[in-house]
Amino acid sequence: MIRVVLPAHLRTLAKVEGEVTLDVEGPATQRSVLDAIEARYPMLLGTLRDHVTQKRRPFVRFFACEEDLSHESPDAPLPDAVTKGKEPFLVVGANAGGKGRG
Amino acid sequence: MSKVRVLVGTRKGAFVLASDGKREKWDVSGPHFGGWEIYHLKGSPADPNRLYASQSSGWSGQVMQRSNDAGNTWETVGNKFVYDGIPGTHQWYDGTAHPWEFKRVWHLEPSLTDPDTVYAGVEDAALFRSTDAGQNWEELSGLRGHGSGPRWQPGAGGMCLHTIILDPSDPNRMFIAISAAGAFRTDDAGKTWRPINQGLHSQYIPDPHAEVGHCVHRIAMHKSRPKVLFMQKHWDVMRTDDAGESWKEVSGNLPTDFGFVIDVHAHEPETIYVVPITSDSLHFPPDGKLRVYRSRSGGNEWEALTKGLPQSDCYVNVLRDAMAIDSLDKCGVYFGTTGGQVYASKDAGDNWAPIVRDLPAVLSVEVQTLS
Repeated sequence: MIRVVLPAHLRTLAKVEGEVTLDVEGPATQRSVLDAIEARYPMLLGTLRDHVTQKRRPFVRFFACEEDLSHESPDAPLPDAVTKGKEPFLVVGANAGGKGRG
Repeated sequence: MSKVRVLVGTRKGAFVLASDGKREKWDVSGPHFGGWEIYHLKGSPADPNRLYASQSSGWSGQVMQRSNDAGNTWETVGNKFVYDGIPGTHQWYDGTAHPWEFKRVWHLEPSLTDPDTVYAGVEDAALFRSTDAGQNWEELSGLRGHGSGPRWQPGAGGMCLHTIILDPSDPNRMFIAISAAGAFRTDDAGKTWRPINQGLHSQYIPDPHAEVGHCVHRIAMHKSRPKVLFMQKHWDVMRTDDAGESWKEVSGNLPTDFGFVIDVHAHEPETIYVVPITSDSLHFPPDGKLRVYRSRSGGNEWEALTKGLPQSDCYVNVLRDAMAIDSLDKCGVYFGTTGGQVYASKDAGDNWAPIVRDLPAVLSVEVQTLS
């Protein structure tokens, strides 16, 4: 079981409260966790990573075990503490973002 | 009795303002999608309970919402906007080639006849259409690919397709406008397009009379005269009487002809409204006075409408999608400001009062007239 913490705006969008728990088939990686999140909450498609390139959105970050995993390969194994459910996989909105309109 | 429903998109959510035909007392619901930028929401003319909303954020990108019950409940629909084929490049701010990248939906235009068909104008500029109530989106790529696309460039707010006008007399004709490319028209339901910028003059581009490159801010049409269009350009208020084949300036006696919004009276096709803004570097009203200007002659001769609007120390902006007009008699005129006020006039502009004063910065205003 993998615990995932979504940012507040995406919890609202997905209509969930608190942590999300997921069972991931095969090795737990960023990609497999995000696949599982999007499968259960299709309204989050496109909000974490690009629809086509599957790249992480620029102002979305992935943290776990006090480490920034955002720049790790999406296919790299997640830390044991995450795969065993001891630590959550954190999806975080970076301290930047937004843009105006005229 | 008639009712009106004002749909307000703001920097931090959507609001629905509802009143009976007297337009004196208003119910305010919202924020819907609190914390998210709502660039635009609009109802279907064919089914007023069907609403579409563009929800976005710099963190999470684009989300699309649909309501089937006038905004009481919402459901997410498709947000996959993928350019047709190889996107190619347009001009960047510094004149270099820049890849086309989807950023957000600026404007939604539901079909006049089919509640499940809706058009989306996006940044980087392109036009998309859904025919299944927003689940799937397909680019009408004849616009972006018609030839001048590599010469388009962003305006200060981004390279956005912000205006979509459907011709009520010809389902194959549509007008769109892009900052900063200009106005375009299709006569074959979106397959092919051509620029319609003859007569525009823009000193901020190398060739002031160029075929494309003009920063059009907004275009408006009266449904009874679909060949007559009114335009608020970056600078200049313009009109065409031949569906965009040629434009002429009608700024006349305006205190400044910079601005964003323009709209047409519901029952008088020669009566138009603008909100003059000081300049491209001073995005607030001249002299700290918020004034709507009305022309009853299709331009050139303008009168200031000030009753009920702040006439001192007002430094808000009125963005391009933030004015709308209902079809009651007398028609109501509505506009929202970056200061969070939504002003309404129930007598075609003679007198004004705020419906709400303290919303987040208003990005868009639409109104539905309900019988």
